[in-house]
Amino acid sequence: MSATLRHIRYVLSENLVTLGAFALFTAFVLLAVLGPIVAPYDPLATDTARAMQPPSAAHWFGTDALGRDILSRIIIATRLDFGIAVAAVALSFVFGIALGLAAGFFGGWWDRIILRLADTIMAFPLFVLAMGIVAALGNSVANIVYATAIINLPFYIRVARAEANVRRNAGFVEAARLAGNGDWRILSHHIFPNILPPAMVQVSLNMGWAILNAAGLSFIGLGVRPPTPEWGIMVAEGATYIISGEWWVAFFPGMVLMLAVFCFNLLGDGLRDIIDPRRRT
Amino acid sequence: MIRVIALRLIGAIPNLIGVVVVTFLLTRALPGDPAAFFAGAAATPEAVEQIREKLGLNKTLIEQFGLYLFDLARGDFGQSLSTGQPVLTELVQRLPASLELTFFALLLATIIALPLGIMAATRPGSWIDHLCRLITTAGVSLPTFFTGLLLAYVFYFLLGIAPSPLGRLDPVFSPPRPVTGMYLIDSLLAGEGALFRACLAQLILPAITMGVFVLAPLARMTRASMLGVLSSDFIRTARASGLASSTVLYTYAFRNALLPVVTTLGMVFSFLLGSNVLVEKVFAWPGIGSYAIESLTASDYAPIQGFVLTMGVLYVLLNLSIDLIYGLIDPRVGLEA
Repeated sequence: MSATLRHIRYVLSENLVTLGAFALFTAFVLLAVLGPIVAPYDPLATDTARAMQPPSAAHWFGTDALGRDILSRIIIATRLDFGIAVAAVALSFVFGIALGLAAGFFGGWWDRIILRLADTIMAFPLFVLAMGIVAALGNSVANIVYATAIINLPFYIRVARAEANVRRNAGFVEAARLAGNGDWRILSHHIFPNILPPAMVQVSLNMGWAILNAAGLSFIGLGVRPPTPEWGIMVAEGATYIISGEWWVAFFPGMVLMLAVFCFNLLGDGLRDIIDPRRRT
Repeated sequence: MIRVIALRLIGAIPNLIGVVVVTFLLTRALPGDPAAFFAGAAATPEAVEQIREKLGLNKTLIEQFGLYLFDLARGDFGQSLSTGQPVLTELVQRLPASLELTFFALLLATIIALPLGIMAATRPGSWIDHLCRLITTAGVSLPTFFTGLLLAYVFYFLLGIAPSPLGRLDPVFSPPRPVTGMYLIDSLLAGEGALFRACLAQLILPAITMGVFVLAPLARMTRASMLGVLSSDFIRTARASGLASSTVLYTYAFRNALLPVVTTLGMVFSFLLGSNVLVEKVFAWPGIGSYAIESLTASDYAPIQGFVLTMGVLYVLLNLSIDLIYGLIDPRVGLEA
């Protein structure tokens, strides 16, 4: 264990970018947890007297068309945006890994059906499928989570299937079986721990994508509804003003969204360097 | 060779069936009343009942699926409630605009990504390698709808060098005589230079927006696969035989490195078609993506279903052509198949 910690410290100190991304990630998590305490104003309080003010000392990121403080709205939105992404990735992790394990370990019909499922999802442009799912299931935050989870499912299925397939007849699995372990015990105690590292890399790479996806859906008017603060909606609200020069309404939420996704992508790359140095690109 | 192509064609059929089944299930097998979906938010109970009758929702799921297939085969995608037009007509009218944008964006991205990836791979650790790494990580982090707005702000509002970022063509021009429906090609065919430039001017910002997003996976894959190829034995042999370094790089290494890049095109198209929707909304681009969004706002379901189906089929066909191209440029694939 201490060797792993040393390795992590080595990678972090070697790679300042990953360290920076990790710091940024911590900051985002703090904002998500402490949001209401940190936010200087009420994110929903409107005040037409101070509508559309450019950034100033009182309102660092300016105010929007209804006079709401943009900084406060961005801070409050962190919890919702991260919540959607975490819930979606957790769902696709659990179901994707389970399905992938079954496909890779049992083979045969399991494998064929589950692979067909993954292929069918992948046969759509993923964002378009998410749009269709949310439109059909109904316009709510929970459905954004489900849609994002479904479109990420194939990636986990593939990772788990490939790893389980390789290890199905490995020596340690044979040994476990000879020692009297059943299929489920072998899967959960011997194969699952082995596929955890590549799956975790997939998780951190997926998080950024999940946030981007959720924000994109609410940008086109699906899921989160106004006046709830959410980064995608805030960009959409600011879109109408940007052509007439009021850039701050869309700019700050867009930048924060970008920063969050960037942070996750860097973390994903860093994590991959720690877990699987061979795949370093 | 013909056998290979035929095999690929057959291989695409399950995916096509999958797309149709999913599109069907998205409306029929879900909680809620599909008839109310198709009738729209403002429909009277009689109208809902009428639609239930028309869609055959009182029949079994299998029968309904049969009816759905029958309708699709006749080209009946339903009617849009907000415009009153058949969905298929509008999709066909708008598809060229989306395709023009998508392919132009892909072209832009490829022109930049391939040289960038090659340069990064030939000089690993240099500034251009770091630049490539930065661009690829930043590129996939960009929310396309946000980059689009930023570009519009900078080039239209601040610098004033781009035309108003709304629609395909400045209203002073009239669109070229439709041949392919893609304005760039049509205006060239008509030989109208000024019109071509006007179309290009409208197209360039949305295309850059989408291009930046897909540049990343392309450049990254080019770099990785070039690195792999450059360290292989046949490159060492070619170098040792005294071939010019440009010959080694372009004739030997690049052609082999291109194969994995072509494979990633599938993922790239998934990104492109998805972000297409967002970019079309930002730039009021009259393609099928903005059609879907307008219908979403109006709770008009038939166009959305038609849109998802069209995108799914389009994507399957694009993947099929990627497969075919792959088979053509890599003879080894044909032998294995």
